[in-house]
Amino acid sequence: MKYTTKNHFKMMIPARSQNEAFARSAVSAFAAQLDPTVEELGDIKAAVSEAVTNCIVHAYADNIGMIELVARILQDDSHDSAPTLYIRVKDKGCGIADIERAKTPLFTTCAEGERAGLGFAVMESFTDRLQVRSKAGAGTTVTMYKRLETRSE
Amino acid sequence: MVEIVNSGEQVTAGIVGDIDHHTASGIRTEIDAVLENTTPQLLILDFGGVKFMDSSGIGLILGRQRVLQSFGGRLFIKNATGHAEKIVKLAGLSGLMIGGGKG
Ligand SMILES: Nc1ncnc2c1ncn2[C@@H]1O[C@H](COP(=O)(O)OP(=O)(O)OP(=O)(O)O)[C@@H](O)[C@H]1O
Ligand SMILES: [Mg+2]
Repeated sequence: MKYTTKNHFKMMIPARSQNEAFARSAVSAFAAQLDPTVEELGDIKAAVSEAVTNCIVHAYADNIGMIELVARILQDDSHDSAPTLYIRVKDKGCGIADIERAKTPLFTTCAEGERAGLGFAVMESFTDRLQVRSKAGAGTTVTMYKRLETRSE
Repeated sequence: MVEIVNSGEQVTAGIVGDIDHHTASGIRTEIDAVLENTTPQLLILDFGGVKFMDSSGIGLILGRQRVLQSFGGRLFIKNATGHAEKIVKLAGLSGLMIGGGKG
């Protein structure tokens, strides 16, 4: 499918837990121009929170690296008029050795930190498409697509 | 922030604000302090004041359940709505939810 980018932003934040709320609020405020429903905004906030938290808890477990957050508003060039929110969260942390295993619900490498192993399950069920690319020792990029139903037409 | 109502047998912990990785440890510390002092039969986690929750909330619920089980207590959830409810269901914990009015 071909998309045109209608609007976008990019920010870099250090992997500090205070930035979890900031990151999800930033994407939520950006998405507001699409007039999303309360439910859609809640989905977006939760999905961003999961991806950013994973960078802080796992990718940069022993240091404060940088997290890159990108959001775009994509418009499908073909027939369909509903816009799609693109969200990309990238770290240069430890990476994931086995992505399929990491995505399995309840799988966690950090049970003693009271992690539930549900972050990827939340991202997967609250967005329309989740893509994870990772290289052990190099970092991880999580990309999510969320279609927003337009109601104001 | 946590609002605690403690009758000895039963503790109700009303969580107010956001539950994420950043806030969860403070919430955990407040609740666990009461659990250790009181060892109640029943803990009700009241999500009525929760504005945002991600999977950190599930870690919080399961962690408190472990603490209670260590002395034979039980845990229930009330007033989980919106995304808190969606995530509790996704985690397969619907069985812990009780009606908002009672408890
Ligand atoms: N950005 C990342 N860098 C390195 N490892 C990651 C990253 N994201 C996820 N992981 C790995 O994938 C596992 C599963 O992630 P997921 O978010 O589903 O669960 P969790 O973070 O362990 O628990 P929860 O999100 O429920 O608190 C993690 O335990 C971790 O090992
Ligand atoms: Mg996670």
